[in-house]
Amino acid sequence: MIAEKTGLNKSDSKLIMSFMWVTFISLLIGGLMGLLQTLVRTGNFTLPFGIGYYQILTVHGVILGLVLTTFFIIGFQFALMAKTVGMTSKQRKWGWASFWVMLIGTTASAIMILLGKASVLYTFYAPLKAHPIFYFGLTFVIIGSWIACFVNFRQLYKWKKEHPGEHSPLLAFMVVINMLMWFICTLGVAATVLIQFIPWSLGLVGSMNILLSRTLFWYFGHPLVYFWLLPAYMAWYAILPKIIGGKIFSDSLARLAFILFLIFSIPVGFHHQLLEPGIDPMWKYIQVVLTFAVIIPSLLTAFSMFATFEITGRQKGYTGLFGWLRHLPWKDVRFFAPFMGMVAFIPAGAGGIINASNQMNQVVHNTIWVTGHFHLTLATTVILTFFGISYWLVPVLTGRKIDKKINTLGMTQTIVWLVGMFFMSGSMHLAGLLGAPRRSAFSDYQGSAQAAEWIGYQYGQAIGGSILFIGILIMLYNFFYMTFKAPKGVEEFPIAEAPTGTEPTPIVLENWRLWIGITVVLIAFAYTIPFVDIIQNSPPGSPPFEWPIGNN
Amino acid sequence: MHLHKYEKIWMGSGVGTLLIFLIVLGIGAFYQGTQPPSCMVTLDPTNVQAHEAFKEDNLGLQKLGEKEYTLNVLASAFNYDFGKDEDGNAVRTIRIPAGSKVMFQATTKDVIHGFQLAGTNVNMMLEPGYISTLETTLDNPGTYTLICNEYCGTGHHLMTATVEVYEE
Repeated sequence: MIAEKTGLNKSDSKLIMSFMWVTFISLLIGGLMGLLQTLVRTGNFTLPFGIGYYQILTVHGVILGLVLTTFFIIGFQFALMAKTVGMTSKQRKWGWASFWVMLIGTTASAIMILLGKASVLYTFYAPLKAHPIFYFGLTFVIIGSWIACFVNFRQLYKWKKEHPGEHSPLLAFMVVINMLMWFICTLGVAATVLIQFIPWSLGLVGSMNILLSRTLFWYFGHPLVYFWLLPAYMAWYAILPKIIGGKIFSDSLARLAFILFLIFSIPVGFHHQLLEPGIDPMWKYIQVVLTFAVIIPSLLTAFSMFATFEITGRQKGYTGLFGWLRHLPWKDVRFFAPFMGMVAFIPAGAGGIINASNQMNQVVHNTIWVTGHFHLTLATTVILTFFGISYWLVPVLTGRKIDKKINTLGMTQTIVWLVGMFFMSGSMHLAGLLGAPRRSAFSDYQGSAQAAEWIGYQYGQAIGGSILFIGILIMLYNFFYMTFKAPKGVEEFPIAEAPTGTEPTPIVLENWRLWIGITVVLIAFAYTIPFVDIIQNSPPGSPPFEWPIGNN
Repeated sequence: MHLHKYEKIWMGSGVGTLLIFLIVLGIGAFYQGTQPPSCMVTLDPTNVQAHEAFKEDNLGLQKLGEKEYTLNVLASAFNYDFGKDEDGNAVRTIRIPAGSKVMFQATTKDVIHGFQLAGTNVNMMLEPGYISTLETTLDNPGTYTLICNEYCGTGHHLMTATVEVYEE
């Protein structure tokens, strides 16, 4: 009976809850590191027990950027797939395999970071050298995520076989797009780690091509951020309309947006390498143009979302130019948290366009502006949407119901988060424009008058960081409450329907060969010539350097 | 696939705006020559002194002509090497007259470093095996802090130097 209503049986729930546990434990550890960083940067706080600033910075980036996101996303996507196309017990076993492989990898890397053997930050740029086990750990995380990819592909394939001639369910389609993108882009980081980093860190080869490794990393690094964003978009397109009592604006447009993300999010990595030597500026500009193309599906999304809000409001009888806004369930955290995430994406997206603007990148590159930027995108838009999802997903998984108390706490949490982020991200943006660097411990830069101007903003970051940490504690309480304490019952798994009486979704949108083909062609166009250039004109490689990160 | 009239207007103006942005960037980069730093010259990162610009004697500020300079910098963890002054001490401050055209030319002999002159648009990555160059005119007098803005190890935040732009 419960399974009928939620679409998830006990075994599915157990698997998905395991992913959620890792997510929320990561949130606590990573968030605590973030708090400590902002305190250190005021200049009035020293880390105890000889812990290094860059050690906690590595923990923060790895555990929040790579671990929390990947575990939540894969867990959430398993829930969507189990609900829309089903999960066989064999697929579930592979789901567990993916969980354990990722967890083993995470643990191995985490131990190396805690031992101080891998303070290389989450981007692990060579020729800084971490302990080989750190790289093996990351490889396991990627391999675990690939297992999840193939489980998801298999789930949709099987459903299609059983439902010939039918369109795949929208959410299952979106999950498969996201995992396809993930698989194609992680090939780059896997290549550099397996072919370059591991043999080099083991001492099997003496030197490494640095620019090549960076190019492979950023081939992965930008789609990585879309891998975070697309699950939030899934919730916006196909779950929020149900929560507000409406329907999906357009099934076809939603699918089109996701296809555009698949095509355009990968061949754009050079916009992270704009200030690097050894890459032809023509190719940098070409990838800047492609980067701008990936803004288009986000514009489509913005239109679709507000169209859904307005149509639903007008159907409910609200009139006037903006009167329909009043119908929105402002007091329902399942709506409010993702909605505020959406609002944050307006300045976040604008900042992103600035970062990607070719020569304009010189003004902000590697300043703390960039940190402010991705604390709006990932740490506000994406994470508030993930929190919003967990307010119904966790009760669905634990057989409980969201109650008034958790709703109130959730609303409070969202507001605390927004206030904290306003101060933290705001000060980061402003300090960055003055030239303050990212990824740096406290320093007065030899008494520089310029650096003295940044201190006020560093206090702003500490105030924001402290408020955000309170937000994390509230969120953790919410998670425990929803797991163990909330009243038992059947919580709704909200999935919106497509509007009736509209044109059918064009069949071409499900032509996987076509879209994968275009994706591959575009990647080949954007990368082949510069890649060959980099290899042909490469300088002698770099030997590994251990001492700069404190290892001798 | 049906597109609503408002959606056409929205997407049209959105894509149109992006195109205008790209055209402005393109004109700036290809016509006015403000390309992002993309020097293609390579050297051996384990033997940077083999390159003329990074020989001990050639480091630091080199005057090329009236208000025209090259600044050769060799970065390493956690220091910017500008060569030595007459007394044999390491140069920590570079003094340049306002209005000078300066070619910044730098490389690293170990890990990746940043090269950012806070408060100006001088900002580039230094990667082993490559020379990074950036030309700019320093018009505004003042004291500018040179900062490593790419993580290079435990002393990353201590890697700094000073550039003074003075009025003549």
